[in-house]
Amino acid sequence: MNIGGIVRRSLRQHALSTAVTALSVALAGGLLLTVWVVREQSQAAFTGVNAGFDAVLGARGSKLQLVLNSVFHLEASPGNVEWRDFEEIRDNPNVELAVPLAVGDNYHGWRIVGTLPNLFTSHEYAPGRRFEMEAGGRCFDPLRREAVLGSFAAEKLKLKVGDTFHPFHGLIFDEHQQHAETYVVVGLLKPSNTPADRVFWIPLEGLQRMSGHAANAATEVSAVLVKLNADSPMAGFQLDNLYNKQGTRLTFAWPIGRVIAELFGKISWFDRVLTLVAWLVALVATGSILASIYNSMNERRRELAILRALGARRTTVFAVIVLEAAAIAGLGAVLSFGVYAVLMSTVAEIIRAQTGVVLEPFAFNAVMLWEPAVFIVLGALAGVVPAVKAYRTDVAQNLTPHS
Amino acid sequence: MTVPASSGQPLLKISGLQKSFATPDGGQRRIVDIPEFSLAAGAQRALAGESGSGKTTFLNLIAGILRADRGIIRLNGEEVSGYTESQRDRFRARNIGYIFQTFNLLQGYSCLENVLLGMSFGCGTDRAFARSLLVRVGLGDRLHHRPGQLSAGQQQRVAVARALANRPRLVLADEPTGNLDRKNSRVALDLIREACHENGAALLLVSHDEEVLGTFEDRQDFHQLNQGGGKEAAV
Repeated sequence: MNIGGIVRRSLRQHALSTAVTALSVALAGGLLLTVWVVREQSQAAFTGVNAGFDAVLGARGSKLQLVLNSVFHLEASPGNVEWRDFEEIRDNPNVELAVPLAVGDNYHGWRIVGTLPNLFTSHEYAPGRRFEMEAGGRCFDPLRREAVLGSFAAEKLKLKVGDTFHPFHGLIFDEHQQHAETYVVVGLLKPSNTPADRVFWIPLEGLQRMSGHAANAATEVSAVLVKLNADSPMAGFQLDNLYNKQGTRLTFAWPIGRVIAELFGKISWFDRVLTLVAWLVALVATGSILASIYNSMNERRRELAILRALGARRTTVFAVIVLEAAAIAGLGAVLSFGVYAVLMSTVAEIIRAQTGVVLEPFAFNAVMLWEPAVFIVLGALAGVVPAVKAYRTDVAQNLTPHS
Repeated sequence: MTVPASSGQPLLKISGLQKSFATPDGGQRRIVDIPEFSLAAGAQRALAGESGSGKTTFLNLIAGILRADRGIIRLNGEEVSGYTESQRDRFRARNIGYIFQTFNLLQGYSCLENVLLGMSFGCGTDRAFARSLLVRVGLGDRLHHRPGQLSAGQQQRVAVARALANRPRLVLADEPTGNLDRKNSRVALDLIREACHENGAALLLVSHDEEVLGTFEDRQDFHQLNQGGGKEAAV
């Protein structure tokens, strides 16, 4: 029987405390994994989401608000852009594609966005990927009251092709603000794992001319999504100069990824606090290993004395205790992946519901390799204190009373 | 560090052995003071003495669990008393079997595992030999029972098997029948003596039980052997 066998039997003998302590490590490890993966994946996902566009043109104001409103369908629009501004940027030689968006209505809290059909027919939201309709669906007719639903919104509201709905005024659902117009669902988008999945898409003109909207809404849009001409490397700089430096009425948010990255930069303190909390929880869990084994040392003195009497060296009993602590931590680290799966799936679902950004709980991340190693090392370190106590166990005193 | 068999000299030879312990008032009490002691290979000897006379300390010194203040302990000519603690641990694991009054079996281990544990720190485990020892002590059908599932007599039989697991040269038995009733006491004693004999191990047994002591031809009064037992030691 080797040291491993002794450790295994000791864990078995103290099964309850082993299980409870391993569970505390599992919770800490699961939290650490979740915080780490959410942080990295959300940063990568948010900064990577641009709906296939390079910039957003909107009313003078915050670039971040403009991007959040137009690309992520969050927040309110900072203001409107006149139709002629849309036409001007659409016709600019630096621009390959310009798609206007109009917002201001919702359906039970789900945002309704007016746009042109070319967003679905001739645009790639990611390299090589276009929006696709589920079987039996088609894009809306820009002159009819028709709608295309994002996959997530359709799934949650259980709407299908042929169903009808009445839009509600405003971005926040108010049952008293129902519009008279009736829209028919003519298509459901296949999941794109982008914020577009959470949107009710209707013709731009439909939203502009919705009953109850201000008269000037008919000649304005909320923002314009802009895809720059790839053949013009200075396009972004020129438009940035035109709208942000020379002009005073409009804001040109470019590049979209940098605007979001600036947001993450601003909230990085929150990120650090979360990480710190996760590490503190890890330390507390490590402390629980120490406390659990240390508290059992009194009842185990005789057991250790017997091992010593049978010839086990001090270093052997020291190693047994350290390995036991490391094994509990290792067990906890294995279980932490179960905790992580539950936590991360929940967080990913919430983020998807709130933003449309899809996180992948089961995608590989380096933290999945080093988290178990860190916990095992921390566990082994936690075992050193009780191991020293074991090391110092007086064999003769604890073995049997003197005769 | 296994001691090879030899002829012509005693297996165990002790001279000038002294051991004192600190007293609560800061003094030293000499528990063991044995000028000379020897035991031949394969011999079986009983040491008679009352509780508190230092018998256990004496056995612990021989086993290397305690370090002597003075004196020399030789096992088959090899001076054990000069070893470091680590060397004594290894020496004990390979050369000495120890039977305790309170059995000292590990409760989380089966009978077989307890015996295997007796081999673990010595020359390595031999599962077949461990089984044969348990069969020899009449526990062939209790290999996977835990000590808590056995009677006191059965537990002591496991302890006997464990003490012999490393094929020791010397078996030390400290009041091995102290926790057994008269019938089991007799059975256990016979078993210890027979098992030691069959395995070629010398036996040094300490007891205060006249019935146990009476079965030994080679018997020695520990009180006479231990000249300084219980005296205040010069510091």
